[in-house]
Amino acid sequence: MTLLKEPLKNSLKKSWLKYSESKITVLGLVIVVGFALLACVGEHVVPYPEHIGSFVDFANASRPPNLRHPFGTDLIGRDILSRIVGSFRNTLLMGVIVLCISAPVGFIVGVVAGYNKGKLIDTVLMRLTDIFLALPPLVLALAIASVLQPNMINSMLAITVMWWPWYARLSYGVASSLRTENYIVYAELTGAGMFHILFREILPNCLSSLLTKMTLDMGYVIIMGATLSYAGLGEQAPKPALGSMISQGVKYMPAQWWFTVFPAIAIIVIILGFNLFGDGISNMLGADES
Amino acid sequence: MPSLFITVLKRLGWALVVLVGLSMLIFSLMRVIPGDPARLALGPSAPEEVVERYRERMHYNEPLPVQYYYWLKDVTQGDFGVSTVTKRGVLQDLREFLPATLELVIWAGIPPIFFALLLGVLGAMYKNRWPDYLIRFCSYIIIATPTFVWAVLFLLIFGYWVPILPSIGGRLTMGFQVPPVTGLMVLDALMAGQPAAAWDAFTHLLLPALALSLGHTMQEARLTRSYMLENEGKDYITMMTSQGVPRKVINRKYLLKPSIIPTVSIMGLDIAAIFGNAFLVETIFNWPGMSRYAMSAILGKDINAVCGVVLVLGVIFIATNLVVDVVVMVLDPRMRQSRSK
Repeated sequence: MTLLKEPLKNSLKKSWLKYSESKITVLGLVIVVGFALLACVGEHVVPYPEHIGSFVDFANASRPPNLRHPFGTDLIGRDILSRIVGSFRNTLLMGVIVLCISAPVGFIVGVVAGYNKGKLIDTVLMRLTDIFLALPPLVLALAIASVLQPNMINSMLAITVMWWPWYARLSYGVASSLRTENYIVYAELTGAGMFHILFREILPNCLSSLLTKMTLDMGYVIIMGATLSYAGLGEQAPKPALGSMISQGVKYMPAQWWFTVFPAIAIIVIILGFNLFGDGISNMLGADES
Repeated sequence: MPSLFITVLKRLGWALVVLVGLSMLIFSLMRVIPGDPARLALGPSAPEEVVERYRERMHYNEPLPVQYYYWLKDVTQGDFGVSTVTKRGVLQDLREFLPATLELVIWAGIPPIFFALLLGVLGAMYKNRWPDYLIRFCSYIIIATPTFVWAVLFLLIFGYWVPILPSIGGRLTMGFQVPPVTGLMVLDALMAGQPAAAWDAFTHLLLPALALSLGHTMQEARLTRSYMLENEGKDYITMMTSQGVPRKVINRKYLLKPSIIPTVSIMGLDIAAIFGNAFLVETIFNWPGMSRYAMSAILGKDINAVCGVVLVLGVIFIATNLVVDVVVMVLDPRMRQSRSK
């Protein structure tokens, strides 16, 4: 145990040194951790927890930012700060769930096609991938989301359907270049099955690029989710979502500018955090290769 | 370049396969919508026998593959059906709305590339000095801002607070008359010899195009910068420097070309993403384009219109990628060889 502990500590330290090489990525980590914490315990720390749901207080409706409501109140008197924080959990879940489904699905499609390069299954799987890539991702996601009931789960589903092809492409590239490597050929000669080769030989080689892509994609998935929610195809009222808060606010611009501006800033900060975090992770994992 | 020609031909063949697949995908997607398409088209007050006759005429009673066959037969003859929202032929609608979107996407997609390359090269030249830091700082913020947020913020700032640019009100100020030739307003106005109208059309384009292009521009700039720096460390550059080739010549003739290839090769995807983001931007700026039409079609479950728009977008996307691939193959001889084998 003691033998193991030391190198682990060292490697963690080394990883941290690589991650924090660029100071700005540390800021990303701070934003991501803060966001994740708020997503978990948000309703216990916001000033007006009951405002996250359906709550009406016409006496305090449409108040500009003030000391009691730093981001102002919305059309029916709910505290906008509380609602922004209240939407964090779904925003985070959106990113995590979409990536945790689309990455494995894409990996399996890509790696099976790549390992069987040139065979029929390769052609079928990769042309299928191309079909999904032949449209702007937002368009098909919008079409799928509109066919289904507009809610959070279905918008996740719509984005997942659009996202796996990218992971298929990535794994395809790795698998098709690795399949002629000696260690794979030897594994085949010793009678290893396809399952073993795909998951025990190829997967470890894809893992760091898959993880890097997943952290870099977090921000984009959140953007897609917010965009669907802006179009009215995400979380429905009275639950808060950053996209729908902005689209509601647009109708009351410019007089009630705080309806729009603060949720917009929240989105920008969250995505900035994840993008910086993703850069840090790719510095950390990619440094070995270059 | 015979190999280039064959590659393109092969690519076209596969593009056709992908397009047919796409049409199947969107067709079945739009047919599994809960609700009766005939009822949706005719409205709740239509008598049942009329709905039944409509169902019969549109083959809605047949199994899905048969329906697809009839639909595809019509589509190949240029008949996309009738839109249930506008009550006009989808093709007619597309013909009216597509040019506005094309103009927007062209302005949002092509001129910013030069800014992106410029910023990328500047960033690489002034690595870790203030211009580089400034560009990087801006790019982080700009990339983190979703397109629809840009559009909303521009509307708030330039539409209401400092109203110096037209933000809601279509493509041209009332009063200008531009004869439609290409459908691209700025070009049409210039060809008709009306510089004032061209300028007016341009100012209408500016905000939506900017909202659409900012994120991609900065991303392309980042990519260019990192490839410039990567290539700078390569042996052939070191050799030229040691042979005394002037820095400027190296930069312009030998460093730039390999460094912009990756940027050019993601352009196809960027343009596709711009088409997608145009869905919201056109709605926000009230831009009379195909995307705003498609957005209302999607939300209104207008089956024929959605299928039509998706197919047109698929064709545009495949064509763009083909062009980009050819450009990359022309720029990069290695791509030509590996593809032709």
